[in-house]
Amino acid sequence: MNDITTDICIVGAGPVGLFAVFEAGLLKMRCHVVDALPAVGGQLTEIYPKKPIYDIPGFPEVLAGDLVKNLQKQIAPFHPTFTLGERVENLDKQEDGSFIVSTVAGTRIACKVVVIAGGLGSFEPRKPAIEHLEKFEGKGVHYMVLDPEKFRDKRVVLAGGGDSALDWTIYLAGLCSDLTLVHRGTSFRGAPESAAKVLSMAEEGQIKLILKSNVAEVHGNGKLDSVTVMVDNDTPFQLEVDYFIPLFGLVPKLGPIDNWGLELDKNAIVVDTKDYSTNVPGVYAIGDINTYPGKLKLILCGFHEAALMAQSAYNIVYPDKKFVLKYTTVNGIQEL
Amino acid sequence: MQNDIITIYVALENGDRVSVEAPTNMGLSVMEVLKANEFEIPALCGGMAICATCHVEVLQSPPLPEPSDDEAYMLESLPHATENSRLSCQLRVNPELDGLVVRIMPEA
Repeated sequence: MNDITTDICIVGAGPVGLFAVFEAGLLKMRCHVVDALPAVGGQLTEIYPKKPIYDIPGFPEVLAGDLVKNLQKQIAPFHPTFTLGERVENLDKQEDGSFIVSTVAGTRIACKVVVIAGGLGSFEPRKPAIEHLEKFEGKGVHYMVLDPEKFRDKRVVLAGGGDSALDWTIYLAGLCSDLTLVHRGTSFRGAPESAAKVLSMAEEGQIKLILKSNVAEVHGNGKLDSVTVMVDNDTPFQLEVDYFIPLFGLVPKLGPIDNWGLELDKNAIVVDTKDYSTNVPGVYAIGDINTYPGKLKLILCGFHEAALMAQSAYNIVYPDKKFVLKYTTVNGIQEL
Repeated sequence: MQNDIITIYVALENGDRVSVEAPTNMGLSVMEVLKANEFEIPALCGGMAICATCHVEVLQSPPLPEPSDDEAYMLESLPHATENSRLSCQLRVNPELDGLVVRIMPEA
């Protein structure tokens, strides 16, 4: 177990979460940032690092990845600490009003203020609409391949047509006793070389490739033992399997935040625009994850929200001190 | 001015069709028009074809432009997409789209 103590725990290392470190740092508050992704930057790093952004003040054009690098440079004087690659799971309020934030990996962060800057939420596997599929989750149905050895000498059906499905088909072909890829389409838009490799493996009989098909049903008694594949929407046949792995990409979900007692509206956290506080005292939500009348999901709006949040959080972290607004032009940046 | 407005129809679960007026001169996507008319369509990524939460099935339409590679890739990876699936964020509102009928697909 890894225990950390800080002033503010920021959930989400996207641009708004990073800028919140800066605004908090100006007010001499220490931050620890947690993110489920293995790198900082959120969507900007994961999804569109090479895309230009045009509405950041002072930057006529900036690549998303470069904006993240600049934000890292901007917050460096405040020496934030990070837990990356771990999804936040629980938020426990303590008797003194402080919080313990804990992750799936057991990291615990003790803090006085929690700032949720979770953007679109956490990205979770997109699940196909198959009746009773959830009954077999962990009992033959998996949505990602964490340990390929688990599938050695097993009968496995993969489903999907994207890069992930192609890559794992190629990888698992050498491990599984019987590997089938079921794909809804007739072609693959994943990396051309991966698609070509899968097609040639199918021709050589190393894998079974079933196109224009869906896995329509899952069967078993406590554990998966077969799936029904529907070919061209009308010809079903059954395949005996040990594992079924649907690989249909990721979809953003609110995730465990849903269970933290926060007021929600359509998958977003309701906040007071005075300071972007939530209905739970000491918990703030900034950036794309919050909602209020007139909300604009823009990075620059998230930056503004971070500034107001920090002023309000100051009163919690330093209840005996009076907040005085100071311009960086007057005092510069004072390292923490 | 009237020529700058087209009509898009949204097919509901009960079979009704709701008409929506869409301006053609504002650079909007069908997703943005649907959101502006308060249809339940998350469109979480804001129109970058990366979340597929604006997935629609086109029930009736004039000829539509072919999906871009990004859109086609996303549609191909959706488990419940149909041959007529599109991401509404990638459909630009223009005069040729007049009379488009879509069904909002359940969130992926």
